[in-house]
Amino acid sequence: MMRRLLLAIFLLTAAPLAAQDYAHEALADPAQEAAAIELMDSLRCVVCQGQPISGSNADIAGDMRRIVRERIAAGETPEQVREWLITRYGDFVSFKPVVKPATWGLWLVPLAALLLGLVLVSRRVRLRRN
Amino acid sequence: MMRKPLLWLPMVLGLGLFVLFYLGLENPGQRIINSNVIGRELPEFSTQVAVEGVEPVSSENLRDGNPRLVNVFASWCAPCIQEIPVLLRLRAQGIEIDGIAVHDRPADISRFLAENGNPYRRIGLDNEGRSQLEIGSSGVPETFVIDREGRIVYQHIGIVTEQDIPEILARLGGTG
Repeated sequence: MMRRLLLAIFLLTAAPLAAQDYAHEALADPAQEAAAIELMDSLRCVVCQGQPISGSNADIAGDMRRIVRERIAAGETPEQVREWLITRYGDFVSFKPVVKPATWGLWLVPLAALLLGLVLVSRRVRLRRN
Repeated sequence: MMRKPLLWLPMVLGLGLFVLFYLGLENPGQRIINSNVIGRELPEFSTQVAVEGVEPVSSENLRDGNPRLVNVFASWCAPCIQEIPVLLRLRAQGIEIDGIAVHDRPADISRFLAENGNPYRRIGLDNEGRSQLEIGSSGVPETFVIDREGRIVYQHIGIVTEQDIPEILARLGGTG
C-alpha cells in the first residue's frame, strides 16, 4: 500500500516535469526567467504583429517563447537570442530600434532639433540683451 | 503674426507629425515579414516522420543537389487545400516538392493528403515550429525555392496560384 502510494506520488510529480514546455512554462531559475520575460516583451509576434510574443496566443508566438527560454537556459545572453531571431526574420521582429545607417535619421533628428532649438533661443536671448 | 510666417513653421510641422502619428495609432497595419535567410546558408534543422514510410525534411537532405520547392503547410489550414491542385501540377511537370507540416498530427496529415492529393516527395512534421523559425517562415502556406546548394533563393508567402507558376519556375531554373 505504502509503496503504491509513493509510486503514485512519484508519477504525479514526474509527469509535469516530463511535459515541460517552455512555450507556456517558466524557467526554474527566477533570474533567467526575468531575463527571458524582458526579452519576450520586446520581440514581435510575426503573425499578430502589434503584439509582443509574451502576450500573444498564436502558436508561432509560443514557438518563439520556447526558443527564447531554451536558449537563455542554455546560457545565451538575451541580445544573442534577439540576434538569432533577427538573422531569421530581420529587424522588424525586434521592437528595440537598432543603430545602423538606415536608422541614423531616427536617432539624429531629435538631436538636431534640440540643437536648432538651443541656437534659436540663444539668439533670441542675445537680441533681447542688446 | 503675419510678419514672420517662418516662425510658425515648426509648430505646423509638429502638428502635422502629431496628426500623422495619431492616424498611425488608429491603423497599425499588417506587414509581410519576409524571411531573412534568403540567399544565406540554410540553418540546421530536422523534422519528424509525418507519414509512415515517407522520409522527413531536413536541412541536410535539402543540400543533396536537387533544386526544389519546400512548402510549409498544415492540415488545419484552409488556404493550403486551395493551393494543392497547383502544387500537383508543378509536380506533374517534374518539380520536386517537399512539405513541412506545422503544428499538426500524423493522422490529420494522412487524411489531408488522402482528401486533397499528395504533391510531396518528402513530408516532415514540425510540431513545435522549429524548422519554420529556422527558415524565417511566419505562417502557412508559404513556399520556398531551394537551390542545389540548399540555399533559399525565393520565398512565396500565401497561396500559390496559377499566376505564380512562371515566377516560381524562373527562380527554380535560375538556380541551375
